[in-house]
Amino acid sequence: MKYLDEYRDVKIAHALAAEIRGRSTRPWVLMEICGGQTHTLMRYGIDDLLGDSVRLVHGPGCPVCVTPLEMIDRAIALARRPDVTLVSYGDMLRVPGSETDLFHVKAEGGDVRVVYSPTDAVELARSQPKRHVVFFAIGFETTAPAHAMAVMQAERLGLRNFSLLVSHVLVPPAIRTLLSSPNNRVQGFIAPGHVCTVVGMRDYEDLVREFHVPIVVGGFEPLDLLEAIRMLVAQLEEGRAAVENQYSRSVQYEGNRPAQEAVARVFEVSDRKWRGIGPIPESGLRLKEKYAAFDAERLFDLADVCAEEPSECISAEVLLGLKKPTDCSAFGTRCTPEKPLGAPMVSSEGACAAYYQYRRHLVTL
Amino acid sequence: MPPTTNTGATSLHSESVSKDETKDLAAFSCPVPLPAGERILLGHGSGGTLSAELLKNVFLPAFGNPVLNRLEDQAIVSLNGVRLAITTDSFVVKPLIFRGGDVGSLAVHGTINDLAMGGAEPLWLSAAFILEEGLPIETLRRVVGSMHEAAANAGVEIVTGDTKVVEKGSADGIFINTTGIGLVREGITLSATQARPGDAILVSGMLGDHGIAILAEREGLQFETAVQSDSASLHTLVASLLEATREVRCLRDPTRGGLSSTLNEIAASSGVGMELEETSIPVREEVRGACEMLGLDPLYVANEGKLVAIVAPASTEAALRALQNHPLGKDARIIGRVTSEHPRMVVMRTPFGTTRIVDMLTGDQLPRIC
Repeated sequence: MKYLDEYRDVKIAHALAAEIRGRSTRPWVLMEICGGQTHTLMRYGIDDLLGDSVRLVHGPGCPVCVTPLEMIDRAIALARRPDVTLVSYGDMLRVPGSETDLFHVKAEGGDVRVVYSPTDAVELARSQPKRHVVFFAIGFETTAPAHAMAVMQAERLGLRNFSLLVSHVLVPPAIRTLLSSPNNRVQGFIAPGHVCTVVGMRDYEDLVREFHVPIVVGGFEPLDLLEAIRMLVAQLEEGRAAVENQYSRSVQYEGNRPAQEAVARVFEVSDRKWRGIGPIPESGLRLKEKYAAFDAERLFDLADVCAEEPSECISAEVLLGLKKPTDCSAFGTRCTPEKPLGAPMVSSEGACAAYYQYRRHLVTL
Repeated sequence: MPPTTNTGATSLHSESVSKDETKDLAAFSCPVPLPAGERILLGHGSGGTLSAELLKNVFLPAFGNPVLNRLEDQAIVSLNGVRLAITTDSFVVKPLIFRGGDVGSLAVHGTINDLAMGGAEPLWLSAAFILEEGLPIETLRRVVGSMHEAAANAGVEIVTGDTKVVEKGSADGIFINTTGIGLVREGITLSATQARPGDAILVSGMLGDHGIAILAEREGLQFETAVQSDSASLHTLVASLLEATREVRCLRDPTRGGLSSTLNEIAASSGVGMELEETSIPVREEVRGACEMLGLDPLYVANEGKLVAIVAPASTEAALRALQNHPLGKDARIIGRVTSEHPRMVVMRTPFGTTRIVDMLTGDQLPRIC
C-alpha cells in the first residue's frame, strides 16, 4: 500500500488545491473522462476542496454505463439459451436491460458467471467442451488487449465453443463528438490514464490541434487528479493548449506496443452505439472477419434483439457533461442504485451512482 | 463474487432495516406483493437493502409480533422473571474450510456472537446439518470436531441436533444451522434503537479479515494472502465491556455487509446520523491491499470476530480500555460519533477533511471493471 498512500497524502493534496484555487481566475469547466477518476473525485470529495475555482463535469468513461441497451438484451438472450454459459465482469450483471438483468436471468436458471479476467472464460470453455462459452467483452481501449489475448488463446487451443459478444468503445471519438457539439462547454480534459497506458498519447494530440483544447493524461489517485487539474488550469490561464502527461509513471508517449499489436490483430475499428449518446462513427471495435468464428453475434442470431432507452433518463446530457446527475428530476427518488432508470446509476463508476453513493448528503432531494 | 460468508439465507433475527421503513415496521398488516416475476437473487442474502426488502415484504407481514419486530440480532423473552436470549443462524460458507476456521467453528461463533450482542451469556446450542450426498465423512468429522472445540472453549454445550441428507447438487457440501439460548442478566438492555447524539462509536479491532480470507480461497481468484479469518466467540469480550460500564447502548457484530451495513442499520433504527473518521478505522495493510486489487471497500467486507459498540459519551474511555485490555479487543478504536445531523445517514470524514456517505449495499459488492 506504500505506493498508493503516497498518492493520497493530505498535506500535498491541500497544497495542490490551494494552488489551483489561487491560480484560477474563473470557474474553468473541466471533464474527467474515466469512471474510475469520477469515483476517486467523489470518494475523496475533491470537488469540495476546489471550491469555485473549477467546475468538474463527468465524462462518458464508465464502460458499463455506455454499453447500449440492446447489447445487454443480447447478452440476456444468450444467457437464457440452455447451451450457453455467459461470462461477464461483475458490475455488468446488475445493469438493467429492457426487461430484466443478468442477475435475474441467473436466478431463473441461466448459466451466468463472473470472472476477473477473460482468460478465465477461455479456461472455462476448455474445461466444459459441451457448452458454448460467450464472454461479454465490454470496455474501452484498456480491456481490449486482454480480450484480444483471450481470442488468440482460444484459437491456439483450437476451441470451437468460445466466443465474444463485443461491445468495445474508443475514447477519442467520444471526445471529438463532445467538442463538436454546439452545446459543449468543456474547456479542458483529464484523459484516462489506463487507456493511454495502452494506446499512448498520439490520438490526443490530434484533438488538441483540431479543437485547441488542453488535455492532461491523468492517473486515478487523489494527488494524480489534483495535479492534472492544476496542469489544466495552468494551461488555460496561460492560453495554451497541449497534451501533457501527469501519469508518467504508467503512460509512455507511444503506449504499449505489444498490447496495441494484439488488438490490431484481432479487432478493427467500427461504428458503435453508445448508451445515452447514440451512434458515433468509428468509435468502437469489432472482431475482424478472420476471427468471425469467435464472434457471438455471427454465431447466434441476435440481429432482431433491439431496444429503446427509457425516456425519463437524462444520461445523454450527464455523459456529455451538460448536466450534473443532481440536475435530474429523478435523481435519488425515482432513480436509485436499487431501481436505476439508466446505466450511470448502476455501476459504481457511473457518474449518477458516484453522486448517489458518496455525495447525496450535500444535496436536497 | 460476494465477499460474504454465512450468506445465502436471510435469517429473520438478523440485520437489515431499510432506512425509511423503520418506523412503520410494527404497524405492518398487509403483505405488499413483490413485483410480478420477482425471484430470489443472491443479493437477497447479502444483508443489504434487498435483504431488508424481503424482511419487510415477506417475513414480517407473516410472522410479525412485538419480539420479532424489534429486529435485533437475538430475541429476548421473559419466562418466570428469567430473561432468555434466543437466536438462530444458518451457515453456508464456501469453501467449507478456510484460513482461521471452517464452517463448524463459524457456526458456533456466529450464534454465540448474536447472543452476546444482546448482552446474553450463551448457554446452549442446537446444531442441524444439511449434508450433500457424496460428502466425505472425513470432512464432516473435521467440521464437527471444530464445532465441539469452539463450543467447549466458549463453555457452551451443543444439546440437540438434526441431520438431513439431500441429493448431490441440492446443497453445497455442508449447510449448518445453529440455534442458541442464553441468559440476560438484570439491568442489561442493548438495542439498535438506543443510539443518541453524542454517543461514541467503537469497533473492537481490524476490519475485513474474514471476508478477505474467504475470497482468497475462492476458486478463480488467484491471490495469496496471510490474512486469517477473525472468527471468534465474543461473549467474554462483551462481558468485560459490560463490567466496565453499563452505559453501552448497543452492540452489533458487523458480519455480512460489513461495518457500513451495521452502522446504517443502527442509524436507521435510532433515527440518528453518524459521523466517522476515515483515518481512525482500523484495517490491516494486507486487507487494504487486497481490497484495492479486487475493487472492494473494506467497510463492506464481512467480519466474524469483531463488534461495534455504541457507548454514552461519559463512558467512552472506560469502554475503550475494557475492550483493549481483552485479547480480542486489543486493536479497539473510537471511530466516530453519533450525531443529530443528517438522520439515518452515515457520513465519513475523509483524510482530506471532506465528507462522503457510507451507504448500505444494495446487493453483494461487485468487483469493478477497471
